[in-house]
Amino acid sequence: MTEPTPGTVAQFPPLAGPPLLGLHEMELNFGPQHPSTHGVLRLVLQVDGERIVSARPDVGYLHRGTEKLFETETFPMVIPHTDRMDYVAASTNNHAYCLVVEKLLGVEVPKRAQYIRVLLDEMQRISSHVLWLATAAIDLGAITPFFYTFRDREVILDLFEEYCGARLTLNCMRIGGLPVDLTPGWLEKVRAFTEPFEKCIDEYEDLLTENRIWKERTVGIAVLDEKRCIEWGVTGPVLRAAGKAWDIRRALPYECYPELDFDIPVGKNADTYDRYLVRVAEIRQSRRIVLQCLDWLEKNPGTEIRGKVPRVIKPPAGEAYACVEAPKGELGFHLVASGGNKPYRLHVRPPSFINLQALPEMAQGHLVGDLVAVIGTIDIVLGEVDR
Amino acid sequence: MSQSFIHYFLVPLVKGLLTVVLVGLAAGVLTWIERRLLGRLQIRKGPNRVGPQGFFQWIADTIKLLFKEDIVPSRAEKALHLLGPLLLFTPAVVVLGLVPWGPNVTLFGVTTPLHAAADLNVALLLILAVSTIGVYGIILSGWASNSKYPLLGGLRAAAQLISYEVPMGLAVVSAILMSGSLSMVEIIEAQRKAGVWFVFPGLIAFFLYFVSGVAETNRTPFDLPEAESELVGGFHTEYSGFRWAVFFMSEYGNMISISAVATTLFFGGWLRPFPNVAWLGFLDVVPAFFWFAGKVFLFLLVYIWFRATFPRYRFDQLMALGWKTLIPISLGNLVLVAIAVLWGAAGLKVLGAVLVLLVAAGFFAVWRRPARPRTSTTMAATNVEVRA
Repeated sequence: MTEPTPGTVAQFPPLAGPPLLGLHEMELNFGPQHPSTHGVLRLVLQVDGERIVSARPDVGYLHRGTEKLFETETFPMVIPHTDRMDYVAASTNNHAYCLVVEKLLGVEVPKRAQYIRVLLDEMQRISSHVLWLATAAIDLGAITPFFYTFRDREVILDLFEEYCGARLTLNCMRIGGLPVDLTPGWLEKVRAFTEPFEKCIDEYEDLLTENRIWKERTVGIAVLDEKRCIEWGVTGPVLRAAGKAWDIRRALPYECYPELDFDIPVGKNADTYDRYLVRVAEIRQSRRIVLQCLDWLEKNPGTEIRGKVPRVIKPPAGEAYACVEAPKGELGFHLVASGGNKPYRLHVRPPSFINLQALPEMAQGHLVGDLVAVIGTIDIVLGEVDR
Repeated sequence: MSQSFIHYFLVPLVKGLLTVVLVGLAAGVLTWIERRLLGRLQIRKGPNRVGPQGFFQWIADTIKLLFKEDIVPSRAEKALHLLGPLLLFTPAVVVLGLVPWGPNVTLFGVTTPLHAAADLNVALLLILAVSTIGVYGIILSGWASNSKYPLLGGLRAAAQLISYEVPMGLAVVSAILMSGSLSMVEIIEAQRKAGVWFVFPGLIAFFLYFVSGVAETNRTPFDLPEAESELVGGFHTEYSGFRWAVFFMSEYGNMISISAVATTLFFGGWLRPFPNVAWLGFLDVVPAFFWFAGKVFLFLLVYIWFRATFPRYRFDQLMALGWKTLIPISLGNLVLVAIAVLWGAAGLKVLGAVLVLLVAAGFFAVWRRPARPRTSTTMAATNVEVRA
């Protein structure tokens, strides 16, 4: 058990109230090598028996200096680096970055490219949520949903592979549009997956939604109400489960989202179970959007996939912020350009990192067994937290 | 060789060794069955490379575990660290030795009951007593590892296993009431005489026994002492190589022994179904041992099925389930069975019929229940609450 080195980590706040029975709390090192921390998150817990008195996240084990790295690359070369932030949802990362550069450049993205981008984003959202469901269920001891979700995620990854050659780090967008046009027959394959996919979602729900133990483990766990969510800056399904219908796709629309018909599922009780329901409902909504994009793309064949972009991308000096609704929440890029061919500063607003801040508050007072549910319910990816 | 040498030394020795070897073998084969069956339930294949259908996978794993480095943490309590797995494994074998596997058999001119130990008249008490010792194995290994996760696992095991001993013991009492004996052989004979397996009048008791049994063996949904996603490995986090393998074997050994006891108490042990319905006599073609083994196997399949289906309970929920639900039910059930036993032979049959009808009605009600609407399949407005 490693002790925190003095000077490198903050001291614990004083414990509230007198210690029970005159005994002191045990310090438990949770991670970075723990099966349920979804990567290399380290939590230092003060536990009274199994009751968590305080939980302090210690992040940075996956820190790669990505934001500094951005400044050394030309604008198109930044895109692959964004893949490696939220590596289970690379397409939304690409998207948010491209949006901010396009905003500064003033480039118009062709309609067809917009629809393909949205199609990729929503497939990515499905795959990300499905991965979340798999890991969250396995954290709570339900091992079977994992295989059902991975069966379907595999198909999506195969489709990505067919489109852009990569399964995880997609690098599937370019400033002003897309790298390549769709492969012939690809849309039919996406449709062949998406249309019967509703049945697969029903299967996940059969395994969990009304499962008594699943409900006992999730209802009332890690409650973070709307007010606290907003105070912490929490976005995404966690915020929507608290009842706030805040979705960047509706609130600050980008690309062709205003033309698409979809709902924003919101929860009521702001607990882990509602977050589960919201995410499952979002999978269904994403499926709807994918189908609409397919319809549009089939009706409007074309080859236009990139707007008018100069060969050397040099946005005018200035600042811009653009954000997308990533599977985990609001993913924003703040670009400061100095007129050169590299970003002067590119700051990321990573939803995982900001949502993770609420973890100590959510975990406090729960048992060690709940902690894995709490980590799972935030849906973090350490690549994005640490960057 | 004198008769007494054969009967009092050779035969018990052979049977004792046979039990130990069989538990080891059965545990090994069971890991293969579990992995294959889990594979089926989880739309994957499971091990299928070593041998036909991957059958020799468990042998390969055993060899691997034997040759792995045996790591003992430097500040561990060495003696207790070694004692832990042994304390857990021994009771599983002993319990299986106390359960009769079949009636008398004659082999090599020696007639002996198919029963590792003698037919003790307090066998059931001894089983309860011995199986409790297994808890010490877990607590000691959790303590001796000198590490925090095993300690938490050991503490969980202590609370959990001791709590679930209570409903388990009370469930067993129902079988004692119905048979009027603590001897395993006599309990089986009583089921033959009553003309009904005790599972029917003892349906509640059987349910309680099996649920507590799952908790006693640390299997899903009660696998909190090891809880991989919470406590890394729980009490066996700091174990490796063959010491860990002994834990693994004892888990399966305990599953087998719990199933064997359940079979004996509630499913007529080695009796065929409806042992005194004459026209079903053709079922006797199957030797008694295979009836016993088949029933045990069915229970083991249920264990595996549980594992594929259920998430894990939380610690406080587990304790609440034990103390607030199972124990009151087992006490009520005891009263019910006692009344039926006082009523006489008809009492058991009436109670059995009533319980079976109630369960059938329950299943019917669940089957006919309208399905809950799926999340958001019918959502139309922009903001819809997913929670009904």
